[in-house]
Order: sequence, then structure tokens, then C-alpha cells
Amino acid sequence: MGGRTGPGTSVPPGGLPVKVTVDPSKCQGHARCFALCPEIFDVDDYGQSSVRSADDVPVELEERVRLAVSNCPEFAIAIVE
Amino acid sequence: MSRAPVTDWTTDFDVMDERYLLDPFPIWDDLRKTCPIAHTERRRGAWMLTTYDDVTAAAHDVATFSSLEVGVIGAEEDPDPEDIILEYGLPPISADAPLHTWTRRLLLPWFSHHRVEQYEVVTRDLCRQLLKGFVPAGRADAASDYSQQIPVRIVAGILGVPAELSDTFTGWVRDVLEFADDQERARRGGQGIFDYLLGELAARKESPRDDLMSSLVLEKHDGAPIDDSIILGIAGLVLIAGIDTTWSSIGSSLWHLATHPDDCARLVAEPKLMDTAVEELLRAYSPVTMARIVTEDTEFRGCPMQKGDKVLMNFPAANRDPKAFDQPDRVVLDRLQNRHVAFGSGIHRCAGSNLARMELRVALEEWLREIPTFRLEDGARTTWAGGQVRGPRSLPVVFP
Repeated sequence: MGGRTGPGTSVPPGGLPVKVTVDPSKCQGHARCFALCPEIFDVDDYGQSSVRSADDVPVELEERVRLAVSNCPEFAIAIVE
Repeated sequence: MSRAPVTDWTTDFDVMDERYLLDPFPIWDDLRKTCPIAHTERRRGAWMLTTYDDVTAAAHDVATFSSLEVGVIGAEEDPDPEDIILEYGLPPISADAPLHTWTRRLLLPWFSHHRVEQYEVVTRDLCRQLLKGFVPAGRADAASDYSQQIPVRIVAGILGVPAELSDTFTGWVRDVLEFADDQERARRGGQGIFDYLLGELAARKESPRDDLMSSLVLEKHDGAPIDDSIILGIAGLVLIAGIDTTWSSIGSSLWHLATHPDDCARLVAEPKLMDTAVEELLRAYSPVTMARIVTEDTEFRGCPMQKGDKVLMNFPAANRDPKAFDQPDRVVLDRLQNRHVAFGSGIHRCAGSNLARMELRVALEEWLREIPTFRLEDGARTTWAGGQVRGPRSLPVVFP
């Protein structure tokens, strides 16, 4: 099976610093990540999302970044712990 | 056109059946449990996928599931090649790669996040004007007086065609989508759109303006101007896909709030819930089902599909799948995890999703600002359209 079901990650924030990535080959431009956390995610005129900075996610934004992960219909966003 | 009522949904389904139009949710629940890929011989035959996993898997397998025919209610017989108006249909929605890829890139910037932000003020003004027209009366048809009037005017602005013709556009689009069972009516609607856009295209070739069709006239692909039938197909797509879908979503959302006063009161009291509420209403009342055509004989999840078979991608049913959503039949306005596929999944993600989201949010915000409490009118009938696009067509409400 495709593994496309399930509620997704729900690890509580506040642990070790994390980074986040968007897989450009999976992103289809739903723009959910940009809506949930525009501080971290950018979106271009074609709908392609990207991460603004390679730095660690600031701790105060981590919860919303995790929401972006669990709301992406394409499973394109990953947290790197 | 009347047909025998459905008695067995697993082998003889009909998405235009009265029961399905009114309340498809228990039918989907039964199918997911007993036969998640249903089949019918009606309307020249089709499969129907009802689970989140199956729908998204098929949407991603574009080699097996082609978009060359996306209409849920297709023609009853193959059209005479001479009668085909648009050689490429309505790209990119009715195209596979490579045509899909480059036509989609022409279209997307018109519906980018930043572009859609610019349409918000106009949308809000429009909603306020509409509300002014009926608020004093204490009653309205929330579908035809409000929901139906919004997306068509915004899309007209993008296409650069007169908003005064909105009712005409709406009529043609309904002929094509809602009344597709009446083949002659569907054909007439399609012809109406085509003839009208043909005239508009000629005018833009003479003197380009600042609108979508003009930009397509000036664009090049592989160094050559874009074929007229592709420009007309893209413009036709914007008209057809941009009107009925979002209007249905606004109408369904208002129906939910009219029939769930607790949710309505909560949304009025906690406006910051609007973002999650919009996503949740999109999930629970997803309007759009699309079709695909199987490209080669294959077995999909145990079902023997043959080249040429039609497959209905039931995104609305996928969004009610308990394997993908906790308590899927409950509308939870603050649902935090919501990976819904109301706008599809994979390369055919609705190109207008940013616009649709904005229109739905603004339409609800403005309605609730003027009409914080409302309910269905006693004795009046709510009617629903369905098949390709589900939503209320008549929704009489009172707010005394």
C-alpha cells in the first residue's frame, strides 16, 4: 500500500533543535505549509514551496512547522531531528 | 433523464441517483467497508475509488490513470471526430505530460498566492454588495443569491470578460457539469462557451489587454505561438472549473452552518478559527470528483481494469475515510491535522486552489459579519447537485 494514510507525525515540540526540508519532487503547490508557517516556508509563482533558511527551526515556530508536516497532502515535508 | 434507482452500490452505482445526490456519505461508508472499489455498467461503465489510500495512489500513478477524459458523466457514445470542438480538451486538466506540464506553467502564475492576494479586496466588496441586497429582507437563497454570484465574477475579472455576463456564464457551466446527463444540453453549453471565447480571443489578438487570454496570445511555446485551440481550452477550463466548484463549496459550508448552530456560534465567537474551519469545511464537503482513463490492462488493488476503463476519483469520499481522518463524519472546526485532498493530489492539484480558499474564507467572513445566526427556512427545500461537483443549488435560509 502507498502509505498515504494516517494522521502523520505528532511528536511534541521542545526537544532537540530540528531542521525542516521540502522535497521539490513531491511538492505540488497546495501551499498548506506557507499558510501555516510563512516565517519558515516560501512559495513561488508556480506554487513550489521551499524552506527559507537552512538554519535550525526557531523553537517558537516548531509547533507550526510540525503542523505543516502533518497537513501536507503530498507528504513532501520532513523534519530532520 | 430518469434511470432505475440503485439497489446495489457495489456493482451498479450511479452518481446521479437521487439518494446519492442528497446524502452520499453512508453510501461511501458502506462501500469503504464492503467493496472500496465499486463498479457500474451504467453510463458506459466505470470504477469508483472510495478510500484515501486508493484515490491518492491512483492520482499519483499518472502512467496508468490518464487525464485525457476527466468528465464523470461522459458522452453516451463516442463523438464524431468532426464534432470535437477542442482538439486538446481543456488543458492542463484534460492532458497528460508533456502538454499538461507546459500548459499548467502558463496558468499557475495567474492563481499564485501573491496574485490571489490582489483579488481579495474585490471579492470582499462583491460579498458586501450582495449581502446589502438581501440582508434587509431577513431571508435569502444562500446558494443562488450569494454563493453562486461570487466566483463567477472573480473569474470573469481574471479572464477580462464582462461581469455583467455572469448569469450567462453560470448557465453554460451548469449545462456542461450539472446537466451533463442531458447530452444535448451539455453540448449546447460547451458550444456557448466556445463561441463566446472564440470572439474574445479574436479581440485580444487585435489588441491585447491585461488579462489571462491576452497573456496566452503573447506567450510562446518552443518558439512558436500557442495554438488557438489550446488558448481556448485553457480559458474554457478557467471558466468551467472556476465557477461551479467554489460556489458549491461556499454553499455547502453555509448549509453546514445553517444546520449546525453550535458551529456557527463558535465561528462567530472565535474568528481565529477561520483558517482551520475553512480547511475542515473543504474536507467534509469536498465538491469535486474527477475521472481518469486506464491506459493499459492492469490489476489495481485486486480489480481487473482494462485499457479504456473509466475510473472515478472520489476525492470527497477519500476525505471521509476513517483510516485517514479521526471522526471523519464530524466537522471539527479546529481540526489541526487535516491532510485533505479536496483539491486533488499529485500533478493535477487544482490550479485555482489558492483562489478558491480565499473566496471561501472571505465569503464566510462577510456573511457571518452581517448574518451571525441563520437557519434553513421552514418548509423550503434545499436542493443538491452532484455527479462531478456536489453542492446546494437552492438553499433558502432565514435570519429574522
